[in-house]
Amino acid sequence: MSVHRYRDGVSVVELRGAVVLLGRFPALAGLDLSVDVGETVLLQGPNGAGKTTLLMLCAGLVRPADGEVRVLGHDLTVERREVRRRVALLRHGTGLYEDLTAAENIRFWARAAGLGESEATSRAASAVGLLGLDDRLLSRPVHALSAGQRRRTSLASLAVRRPDLWLLDEPHAGLDQVGRDAVDSLIRDAVSAGATVLVASHELERVRSLSPRVVTVAAGVVVRDSGRGGGTTRPACTPEAATGEAADA
Amino acid sequence: MREVFADALLIAAKDLRIEARSRVLVNQVAPFALLVLVLFGFALDADQRTLRTFAPGLFWVAVLLASLLAVQRSTSLEHADGAHTGLRLSGMAPSSVFLGKAAAVFVQLAVLEVLLVVGIVVLYGSTIEDPLLLVVSGLVAGVAVAATGTLYGALASGLGVRETLLPILLLPVLAPVLIGATRAFDDALGAAAVDGWAWLGLLVVFGLVATVLGALAHGALIED
Amino acid sequence: MTGRRDTTGSAGSRLLGVSALVGVAVLLLFAFVLTDPDVRVHPTTGEEFGQFDAVRLLYLHVPMAVLTYAAYILCAAASVGYLVRRTPWWDVTAYAAAEVGTVFCGLVLVTGSIWGRPVWNTWWEWGDVRLMTTLVLFLLFLGYLALRRTTVDPRHQARRAAVVALVAVLDIPLVNRSVEWWENRTLHQQSTLAELKIQDLTLFTLMLGFVVFGLVAAWLLLHRFRVGWLEQAAAEHGVAMAIAERHAELDMPDVDAAVGDAGDGP
Repeated sequence: MSVHRYRDGVSVVELRGAVVLLGRFPALAGLDLSVDVGETVLLQGPNGAGKTTLLMLCAGLVRPADGEVRVLGHDLTVERREVRRRVALLRHGTGLYEDLTAAENIRFWARAAGLGESEATSRAASAVGLLGLDDRLLSRPVHALSAGQRRRTSLASLAVRRPDLWLLDEPHAGLDQVGRDAVDSLIRDAVSAGATVLVASHELERVRSLSPRVVTVAAGVVVRDSGRGGGTTRPACTPEAATGEAADA
Repeated sequence: MREVFADALLIAAKDLRIEARSRVLVNQVAPFALLVLVLFGFALDADQRTLRTFAPGLFWVAVLLASLLAVQRSTSLEHADGAHTGLRLSGMAPSSVFLGKAAAVFVQLAVLEVLLVVGIVVLYGSTIEDPLLLVVSGLVAGVAVAATGTLYGALASGLGVRETLLPILLLPVLAPVLIGATRAFDDALGAAAVDGWAWLGLLVVFGLVATVLGALAHGALIED
Repeated sequence: MTGRRDTTGSAGSRLLGVSALVGVAVLLLFAFVLTDPDVRVHPTTGEEFGQFDAVRLLYLHVPMAVLTYAAYILCAAASVGYLVRRTPWWDVTAYAAAEVGTVFCGLVLVTGSIWGRPVWNTWWEWGDVRLMTTLVLFLLFLGYLALRRTTVDPRHQARRAAVVALVAVLDIPLVNRSVEWWENRTLHQQSTLAELKIQDLTLFTLMLGFVVFGLVAAWLLLHRFRVGWLEQAAAEHGVAMAIAERHAELDMPDVDAAVGDAGDGP
């Protein structure tokens, strides 16, 4: 599907000592993480650990106060616009206009991503099919949709952009079985198309079926990392985390 | 450059379509503006001659008050469910977003002005003596209010106190527009012997400065 | 920022403060005691006219008005500096200048009003260009200070405030023009000095006024800047501490518990 400019083994996300301040609070306190092309990474950890901020940082939406931050080959302290147009970020807000219909929303976001009329139409059609949205649902205004239907619409409006990096914050929360399956198929589809996926979630069993690499975040740093390939436990891969936090392993 | 205007058009069309669906302007803002005209009638005098003399000023005060609501609605569209994040990730230039949103506010203000002109003709007995001046100055002042309002709407967005902050920031800045547009309407409605066309220059300058500055500053305001 | 101090004063600023205070005392002596009231005799009728004692406000009002504009221009310049350089120094300077300017602007409006009552027979004159411009300027910067007092990320706030200051200063010529065309009248003397019989003492006292209020403004500005700068430094210091605190959280057992259950799966 989408064209990638990376060879295998090249980092999509490369963070070294990343510090992000929310006001004066260090939401990320010197975090190291390296993610390769095509990986599915599950971010887990307690509430307030910094998972959401990590996703925001990767999207180029918050500025690092310190550290080295490269996403999709770009230094985020300098070139954020190029990164932003190639990532998709799902947060608790759906990013939809509730007075417009689901179809109009998906179309608007496709056009906003710079797609022409025909390209927008065809991509919208495939995204809609992937997420199991039917015509009846698409013609309803968003305010008349259930939470799950909104989430699927929201994901479709992101999928039309064919992003190179998916950043999903609790994508399964509050969804019924249909919605959860739709999210999973979206992730599988994205990975098979060569995209990279970072999922922050508490629904571990659900995400594990995608056999991801599991990264545990706490207090704004990575404390445990299953490593590439997923499944097996091993100490955090970065030297600082290994020396500093090995005690808890 | 063409891309900037194409994107602005996309944003404006989106905002106007939302307005067409939700009818917030028609159902809430316009009745509010007319209500302001009625309140002035109660407060000043039942004497239609007094009202006729002051109609241009009252008209523009009503427009400014209504513009606060229109601007707040325009910004809350983006902030209600996180669409502003989507806009920042879309790759569109911030100036496109500004121009698009300002254009949509402008169209709504223009509609509102038409309703209010009908309002002052019917309620205050104003007569239109120079229709061209009325239309041109109304449109130019509308651009000035829409551009300044959108700039300040973005500025106050994301703050917990934005509803209370917006009026104190926006209204003093618009003082020259209020004076200029009122004078132009004085002439167009024959309420006072002034040269309304001369005032148009001031409105044009204000509108241009506000639009250019807004387009340039919008990026800095919505970043991070 | 190395030494520990519990005041924003220094030898220099104390000297400045003392000279400002002494200056104000001397200025008041000249303005209210040593200079003569404005009494002129009509050449034909022989009647006495003029501003009498009210003219003494000249020595306070005019220097403060000039310093108001100077402070706001400094604020705008520092705001541009911030937008270009993005360093806290400019931001703190702009904030300090805006606060000092607004204090002076309020005093200009009050002294002007007090002066206007006996001389123009009114507290307030609608349509007077300088009056209206100064009032709008005052309101614009009240908005600026209101924005400054909102709680938001400091960098974010600095940028918004810089834009507001710039718009306010750009707006002023337009306000001035529009009021002038609007009424085209002013009760203000074109220049008080030209109209009054210029006496050496009058001129000296007015110049003294500029110097003294200049000292007062500089003194206030310096302290306000230092307070802002210390706040800035405290925030930065707080960040280093906060990062250390976050790292220390990891040693606490409840983090292990929270992480552990999610741990490594079956």
